[in-house]
Amino acid sequence: MTKFKGIAASDGIAIASAFRLTEPDLSFDKKTIKNPDTEIDRLNQAIEISKQELRTIQQRTFKDLGRHEAEVFKAHIAILSDPELLKRIESMIKTQHVNAEYALKDVSDSYVKIFNSMTDNDYIKQRSTDINDVTKRVLSHLLGVPLTDPALIDHKVIIIAHDLTPSDTAQFVPNYVKGIVSDMGGRTSHSAIMSRTMEIPAVVGFQGSLADIKDGDQVIVDGLTGNVIVKPSNDEKNEYVEKIKKYRQANSQLTSFRNVATTSSDGKHPIIAANIGTLDDLQAAIDNGAEGIGLFRTEFLYMDSDELPSEQSQFDIYKTVVQRMAGKPVIFRTADIGGDKELPYLHTPHEANPFLGYRAIRMSLDQPDIFRTQLRALIRASAYGNLSIMFPMIATITEFEHAKRIFEDERAKLIAQDVAVGDIRVGIMVEVPAAALLADQFANVVDFMSIGTNDLIQYVMAADRGNRRISYLYQPYNPSVLRLIKSVIDACHDNGTPAYMCGEMAGDQKAIPILVGMGLNEFSMSATSILKSRALIKELDSREMVTLANKTVSLASTSQQVLKYVHQALGKS
Amino acid sequence: MEKRQYNITAETGIHARPATLLVQTASKFNSDITLEYQEKSVNLKSIMGVMSLGVGQSASVTITADGDDEKDALDAITETMKTEGLTD
Repeated sequence: MTKFKGIAASDGIAIASAFRLTEPDLSFDKKTIKNPDTEIDRLNQAIEISKQELRTIQQRTFKDLGRHEAEVFKAHIAILSDPELLKRIESMIKTQHVNAEYALKDVSDSYVKIFNSMTDNDYIKQRSTDINDVTKRVLSHLLGVPLTDPALIDHKVIIIAHDLTPSDTAQFVPNYVKGIVSDMGGRTSHSAIMSRTMEIPAVVGFQGSLADIKDGDQVIVDGLTGNVIVKPSNDEKNEYVEKIKKYRQANSQLTSFRNVATTSSDGKHPIIAANIGTLDDLQAAIDNGAEGIGLFRTEFLYMDSDELPSEQSQFDIYKTVVQRMAGKPVIFRTADIGGDKELPYLHTPHEANPFLGYRAIRMSLDQPDIFRTQLRALIRASAYGNLSIMFPMIATITEFEHAKRIFEDERAKLIAQDVAVGDIRVGIMVEVPAAALLADQFANVVDFMSIGTNDLIQYVMAADRGNRRISYLYQPYNPSVLRLIKSVIDACHDNGTPAYMCGEMAGDQKAIPILVGMGLNEFSMSATSILKSRALIKELDSREMVTLANKTVSLASTSQQVLKYVHQALGKS
Repeated sequence: MEKRQYNITAETGIHARPATLLVQTASKFNSDITLEYQEKSVNLKSIMGVMSLGVGQSASVTITADGDDEKDALDAITETMKTEGLTD
């Protein structure tokens, strides 16, 4: 057995066999071949096997995940059945006596080039991805290097991956994927956020070498401590089976907190809300007793689609969300696109520093048509429930006023058309340090502020949160971060403006006591953190937490010291 | 040889889904079938060929079928064009 350490990213413990999800080496040399006919046979065999594989994947994806997810594999099969494509590859092998790998790649690249040049047709441009994927699959069979297909998993596994893309996780069959180990990123990386949404135990920022874990090795993933054990001894296995049992028991005890309001021991009522991005997440939020939605990440509507979502399709989803939350507050964040969330169909230029670049509200104000469509859908949905709108990445008062004017303009137009419109609160997400420092001025013009700690911390620390080598700088408990957060909350309260938080920190059990002490009004977190946070707050006396919060911002000089104060305060209360 | 002309009225032109269905229809027949647009001509049984033409809205295209089932082929293709809303 070998024990490794990583960052605990998603609660829970799992034991299963390893499934390595890795990019295979598909490099090859250009070769001159003697017998074109045998080369063409080799090509046709590889294509036939690829097609069979794709049919299996398509059927399984259709059955487990639905028609939309399966559609892409149908397109792959269609490409491999294309007579012109095959003819061109074959004739290249015949006339130029090159190996099948080279001819396949050359012809496929020529199509990719044509499709990429069709700047006026996004749908077709995106098909280059399909051609590249299909080419990879055939190449893998020509070279005898197996591709790993998450959709083909048919038994319980722990996924071992460098990093997971949204298209990887979309293919996961929930009943089979029991745990995730990745060596990239921290608690806020895509892999980590997805695993929490899917409620799969995960360890990210794995500190061993993933190459040491072989396919089929038994692996224990402890998403509570960040431990990963490869090939455990029987004793260890039994120990963990026991831990899993205890964890489940503790979890089922928490269900008594589902339908009660969040209350501190001295009777304060902060709201615990959920961060969601899809209707599936909404169900999890409701099941875990969320008192609101503190962050609806609307960009997923844009990312799950091949084109801009229409006003009507957005309206349908927003309306469903507010209706199902039945009067509880729902805050929609307008599209936070760009940065690490690129949309192929929007042709946003590739930037050297996407996190400091053209994204979120900056893009919305520059391309107001997309922004206006979304605002109209939101304003129309406001008639059906308790709806608020917040703008992401606001840095200046002028940006907010500009965005708010566009909102008022669309609202006035809809009212003029006799469309029913509800009361809508308009606020900002505080994640740019400039806005945090100017919170007292913002408090005069916004209806609420929600502190987005994931980005705020990386901007305050000047540390990319996806970069493992500097992950030590992602320090939510650093007194510098805490001082900034406290100044935002204080500025809000001086003006009677509510202060919320929707970053990972809001669901962090060590940060919650401090934030309760700072008087944060709403904690918005992953659905899976709601019940244990509510149980924790019930044990806290907010007056003692005020003392704790003051100590952390006035006396502490390091994160370690802050954590020591938290530990002491919890021991006492 | 049979030849017919169509005006594409669909807003998105011939994009992936209708293109796939057109190719599927064409592939059922023995005839050689070509799609011609802006003096370029491609095999209508080739999805890559059809998509690489990038046929947009209000384009005028010509489809030609040559073979023992050419008339049936063009009838079926016309039908698909209509049901997919590519043409009026």
